[in-house]
Amino acid sequence: MLFSPGEFMLKRVHFGPSWLPFALVAPQIFITLVFFMWPAGQAIFQSFLIEDAFGLSTEFVWLDNFKDLWNDQHYIDTFSRTAFFSLMVAFFSLSIALILAGMADRVVKFATAYRTMLIWPYAVAPVLAGALWVFMFDPTLGIVAYTLDMFGYDWNHKLNGGEAMALVIMAATWKQISYNFLFFLAAMQSIPKSLIEASAIDGAGPARRFWTIIFPLITPTTFFLLVVNIVYAFFETFGIIHAVTEGGPAGSTTILVYKVYNDGFIGLDLGGSASQSVILMAIVIFITIIQFRYIEKKVDY
Amino acid sequence: MSMKKITMLGVATAVLMSGMSTIAFAATEIQWWHAMGGTNGERVNKIANDFNATQSEYKVVPVYKGNYTETMTAAVAAFRAKKQPHIVQVFEVGTATMMAAKGAVYPIEDVMKDAGEPFDKSKYVPGVISYYQASDGKLLSMPFNSSTPVLWYNKDAFKKAGIDKVPATWDEMDAAADKLVASGMKCGYSFGWQSWVMIENYSTWHNQPIGSKENGFAGTDTELTFNSAALKSRIQKIADGQKTGRFVYGGRRGDSMPSFTNGDCGMWMNSSAYYGSIKTQAKFAYGQAMLPLDTDVAEKPQNSIIGGATLWVLKGHDQGDYKGVAQFMTYLSTAPVQAWWHQETGYVGITMEATKLSEEQGFYKKNPGTDTAAKQLSLNPPTPNSRGLRFGNFVQIRDVINEEMEAIWAGKKTASDGLDAAVERGNKLLRKFEKIN
Amino acid sequence: MIENRPIVTFISHSVIILGIIIIAFPVWITFVAASHDALRMTQSPLPLWPGGHFFENLSEALFVGLDVGGASQPVALMLLNSFVMAMVIALGKIAISLLSAFAIVYFRFPFRMGFFWMIFITLMLPVEVRILPTFKVVADLGLLNSYAGLTLPLIASATATFMFRQVFLTIPDELLEAARIDGAGPMRFFFDILLPMSRTNIAALFVILFIFGWNQYLWPLLITTDQSLTTVVMGIKQMLEAGEQLLQWNKIMMTTLIAMVPPIIVVVSMQKMFVKGLTETDK
Repeated sequence: MLFSPGEFMLKRVHFGPSWLPFALVAPQIFITLVFFMWPAGQAIFQSFLIEDAFGLSTEFVWLDNFKDLWNDQHYIDTFSRTAFFSLMVAFFSLSIALILAGMADRVVKFATAYRTMLIWPYAVAPVLAGALWVFMFDPTLGIVAYTLDMFGYDWNHKLNGGEAMALVIMAATWKQISYNFLFFLAAMQSIPKSLIEASAIDGAGPARRFWTIIFPLITPTTFFLLVVNIVYAFFETFGIIHAVTEGGPAGSTTILVYKVYNDGFIGLDLGGSASQSVILMAIVIFITIIQFRYIEKKVDY
Repeated sequence: MSMKKITMLGVATAVLMSGMSTIAFAATEIQWWHAMGGTNGERVNKIANDFNATQSEYKVVPVYKGNYTETMTAAVAAFRAKKQPHIVQVFEVGTATMMAAKGAVYPIEDVMKDAGEPFDKSKYVPGVISYYQASDGKLLSMPFNSSTPVLWYNKDAFKKAGIDKVPATWDEMDAAADKLVASGMKCGYSFGWQSWVMIENYSTWHNQPIGSKENGFAGTDTELTFNSAALKSRIQKIADGQKTGRFVYGGRRGDSMPSFTNGDCGMWMNSSAYYGSIKTQAKFAYGQAMLPLDTDVAEKPQNSIIGGATLWVLKGHDQGDYKGVAQFMTYLSTAPVQAWWHQETGYVGITMEATKLSEEQGFYKKNPGTDTAAKQLSLNPPTPNSRGLRFGNFVQIRDVINEEMEAIWAGKKTASDGLDAAVERGNKLLRKFEKIN
Repeated sequence: MIENRPIVTFISHSVIILGIIIIAFPVWITFVAASHDALRMTQSPLPLWPGGHFFENLSEALFVGLDVGGASQPVALMLLNSFVMAMVIALGKIAISLLSAFAIVYFRFPFRMGFFWMIFITLMLPVEVRILPTFKVVADLGLLNSYAGLTLPLIASATATFMFRQVFLTIPDELLEAARIDGAGPMRFFFDILLPMSRTNIAALFVILFIFGWNQYLWPLLITTDQSLTTVVMGIKQMLEAGEQLLQWNKIMMTTLIAMVPPIIVVVSMQKMFVKGLTETDK
């Protein structure tokens, strides 16, 4: 039961009613109301309006903004593109991190040095990470594009949508590997050594041990990271996309969040952008419920 | 009270006091939000500081607010929250949006008149201010940084390829590009700001309309019409030229500049304001020439139009403040300031006197070709097709044009389909704009 | 070590080193670019090895400052702003989340679930997506150009509350029973038992939130007009927006390098706690 009222996720042993819990939640509730609910409410209201940029003339149009979106093939295309992008980023950042963590879990020498080197990208701001990758892949100047050119491959992500997508996936993956790596490594190191030793005595090789013992035991972490990574790719990569491709060429790297930002913040189409925000909020709530279900289940273990 | 606490208190008091003292003695502050990063930002500061030094009543405070779109959005958001600056720099594509916001903008001509500041419109270069005039001729915003696309070419590469004449027509352009490629270059020509250079300026240069209703000057019920047979055929030819390397696409805005300065491409069409960068980066002799002419479309070129940004004054401050704004605008328009700005940045001067002063100072002799932009802009008196353009939601429309042109370059669409789609999508945005204004 | 297989160990090291080479390559490029002069950074092919201008660029960035919109801003001031912002966001978020998670897990009171969902719904929608309405709210409250305006809206998120709630749910009930027998009130229980037990989780969250705060760009740009509040990420982005001018890649990369140092220090110095904190939440 997910929404059983009252007792839901409350400690069996707990404090009785008093004014104290209200005081404890007050700061958070206050900030949430003022800086989230209020603006979100305005966004919902705005999604029913069309308005000029300065807010001098406003017209209430009911669901016209949503109808426009529904009829806009470019918007519909954004969904599948977002799904593709998110899955690719999640897949690559998880699998690379898993391989590296698996190796790092084995080595004793230089472990700290390795780990330190691998967490650097996490410290780089998304806008700067984007700039760095553009710098390396610039068709004329970039060192990687230059190297590819020597091998006869003419890299131009400003023209080729596939290459542009590959580049934003690379940049977004790069930034996320460190985070995943730390989680995986932590999960692996928390596996009791006795389990692995027992398996080694039974004659299982390192690869087999990984697949039969380590991997199943870190499944909760993997699943948790999968959700975190998809959410990351979905919502937090727009800084990278903005810096790398601006959604281009020909819209081939425009994902949902980037479109909200682009139409609202750059195009100043507040109504259209707000209605996209509302759709996005609905998606967020949906993902949240899924994540919630899973994590609640996990706590029951 | 411990020693530490006393010190902290002292520091806090000092901070408070210093904050109060600046408020007490400061001149009236004029907020100027701008989008000039890097070296040009320093120049903006110099202009403000020099102005502040000429008088003590007002203090112009320049604030960098990000790139053009970020600056405009910041000003819009600030206006909605009633925290707007006095002056904001807005790029030319935002003109229609600003113009339509009648309750928000204070037309520069009114600012001058209300402040009793002398203002003579006839001193300004017509090709520059026509873009920002209302239908009754009233000047709405003060041009600040204006440029126009020109043809940059690599003289050394021309020599090597045996090209003895700078192309003046598209046929000559294609022939020269082929020769450059034959001589071993990676590409003949490239360009940036594709909507501005290849759609907007291509149209005015050939005296063709970009949209109906005098490119939107005569009303918001305008429609885009640039999907003409002439432009379609030109764009298709350019796209086809990619096979042989005649043309290589290098990205939006000035992204393709390194391909010119590194000697990959022999010709590059983009803003005259890249002068400073090309000067520092190009290790070869280069020149700038007028844009090529499509002889099938027009017998002679009309005039090119500007790009860049203007300064808009926003309403909602004390009337007294605007006196300072007016004084600053006058200062900004003086010949020495404008000539300095023009020579340092490659933007065109906004008054005739600035150009004259630059000439007297020997600038054009020392830097041949730097007057190309000014010549192009005032080649002929502007026609309804070539005065400029005034389309609402144009920031988004340019995005659409970028997208569709990229689809053409990538071979996903023909020029005909791509331009038709751009016009259709653009018109939807125009209707949306018409509805709310 | 479970067994000694030199070949497997060798392979492990090789794979990690290869991974490091790929992952650290962009950082290496940053370092290389920061050690050349501006002109060299516009000529193809770009260098792969450091040049001789590293210290010159370093001292220029540190002492002369960046051309941020013209006013030469010392990087030190920008670093301070970034630091204050990151600290306030991290500590503020941790403080309010600890309290609200405590209330929701350990108390039965009216509207408990309502509060929980209200907090929860803020979990993922990033500030960029609701940026214009949020700006209006902050402006209406008169918080433009202040540290409060810079940080408070970014504190409104549920991630931390959610994590602490997970942690508290795993803490054995017997502890509370024992505390009650000792006659401890709720706040005493909170400070004496819950806080120490969540130490590593707090550390882990601190790392995540510090970096989140440090890397903000769009929000600070929108709400500050006072150049003395410029953060280092804003400063770098400004240098990247040079318009028609030459990009000063050497300076940009040098500042990027400098900007990486504080978060790296935070991550590296707290990595043991970080890892531990993350595993413990995850049980």
